[in-house]
Amino acid sequence: MTNAKDFEPKIVAFFCSWCTYIAADTAGVGRKKYPPNIRVVKLMCSGQLDPQYVIAALANGADGVLIGGCHPGTCHYSKGNYKALRMYKLLKRVLGDFGIEEGRIRLEWISASETNKLVKVVTDFVGQLKELGPMNWPGKLSFFDSELKEATA
Amino acid sequence: MTANPKTEQPKTKPKIALYWCASCGGCEEAVVDLGEDLLTILDLVDIVFWPVAMDFKRSDVEKMPDGSITVSLINGAVRTSEQKEMVELLRRKSQAIVAFGACACMGGIPALANLYDKNQLLKTAYLESPSTSNTEKVLPDVKGNKHPPVPHLHEVVRALDQVIDTDYYIPGCPPPPSMVKQAVLTLLKSPPEKGSVLAPDIALCEECPRIETKPDDLVLERFDRVHLKQVDPEKCFLVQGIPCMGIGTRKGCEALCIKGNMPCTGCFGPTNNVFDHGAKLLSAFASMLSQQDEEAVDRALSTIPDPTGSFYRYGLSKSLLRKRVRGGAT
Repeated sequence: MTNAKDFEPKIVAFFCSWCTYIAADTAGVGRKKYPPNIRVVKLMCSGQLDPQYVIAALANGADGVLIGGCHPGTCHYSKGNYKALRMYKLLKRVLGDFGIEEGRIRLEWISASETNKLVKVVTDFVGQLKELGPMNWPGKLSFFDSELKEATA
Repeated sequence: MTANPKTEQPKTKPKIALYWCASCGGCEEAVVDLGEDLLTILDLVDIVFWPVAMDFKRSDVEKMPDGSITVSLINGAVRTSEQKEMVELLRRKSQAIVAFGACACMGGIPALANLYDKNQLLKTAYLESPSTSNTEKVLPDVKGNKHPPVPHLHEVVRALDQVIDTDYYIPGCPPPPSMVKQAVLTLLKSPPEKGSVLAPDIALCEECPRIETKPDDLVLERFDRVHLKQVDPEKCFLVQGIPCMGIGTRKGCEALCIKGNMPCTGCFGPTNNVFDHGAKLLSAFASMLSQQDEEAVDRALSTIPDPTGSFYRYGLSKSLLRKRVRGGAT
């Protein structure tokens, strides 16, 4: 893969407002450093995450999606994070059928106080996506769509 | 206003064309299934092009003035260069284009081919399938070197509106005759807003005869498959653990499959606000399960053997990802 290592992956991150989002906020307040590749979307609960949006992110040019939720047993709404887990596992299988590597989507349990874990996960994920290289789904689809412009004899 | 309709009738009736692309013929069958109603429709319109049933040629369409066909009903997905040319021709000649049936609306069953690479498909179909005997290893000859040239296969199977501007959609695999009749009459009398799907914008559960047996909170341990289980003909399929796509699929079919004791497979596509049918269904089915620890979740999810094929059965062309890209031989 060309220039795989020098590209900066775009990551859309869906964080639960009760845990991972606070961890990210606290990491900022504590001036902890991690790569600036994540674009965070705050959700009330990871169980609220509609897979349509994970797919939309990947289809529109994201290189990876990170989902952050509360540790098992600590969901503010009691079972939302388990819903997220089941959705995530099923979605991974579907994405695999489209040829998307497993490592491009990741679910992590990060509590509000685990700022170090957040920093580690983001840093690690960015490295992992650099290994995988750019995804560029829109570019690939527009390459396929160029066949519509071909003059047909 | 109340004049004798005989004297009021215009000399030329509205013209209708019907065409098929990558389809199984079921949509054509649905038109024939109109039975006597077909005669009512034929009183109102002239059919100027219908290759499956009447003897018209492409050159007949080419000779028509642009915009002279009132409505073209096109079924099937678009996957060859010939189909693309034909729908572009019909677009020029027609005032309105209707995507007729699941394949034209969303890609349908043929769009599942988007999960494979084109060369892989050709190899399987022409060389490797167990029932194929092709000792000379003949493949479709698009250049016409040895054989008469054939249209070439596109890399991607597309819904009609991904190739030409499309005015209306009639969903279904195939659309039920009652809906076809109603849709044609509506189009002739008072065409709805462009882009309309000519079916109700609400999920199938609403018209399902088993709705009373569906609890508000569904909790399942696993999914079962319809051919491996004795299915209760009265109870909601989901309560019985059988994946039924009715919860995320547009109604309008009068719950035909359900009445035949088979679950909905989703041929009517999503309701208007959903932008990825498969993802929405995936979300619903993942929510119904009760497992909480990873291993149990894996075990429960393994009872859905082919999530992509089940959730995107008819809608792969219109899904956000549309096509397998990495990992294949592309």
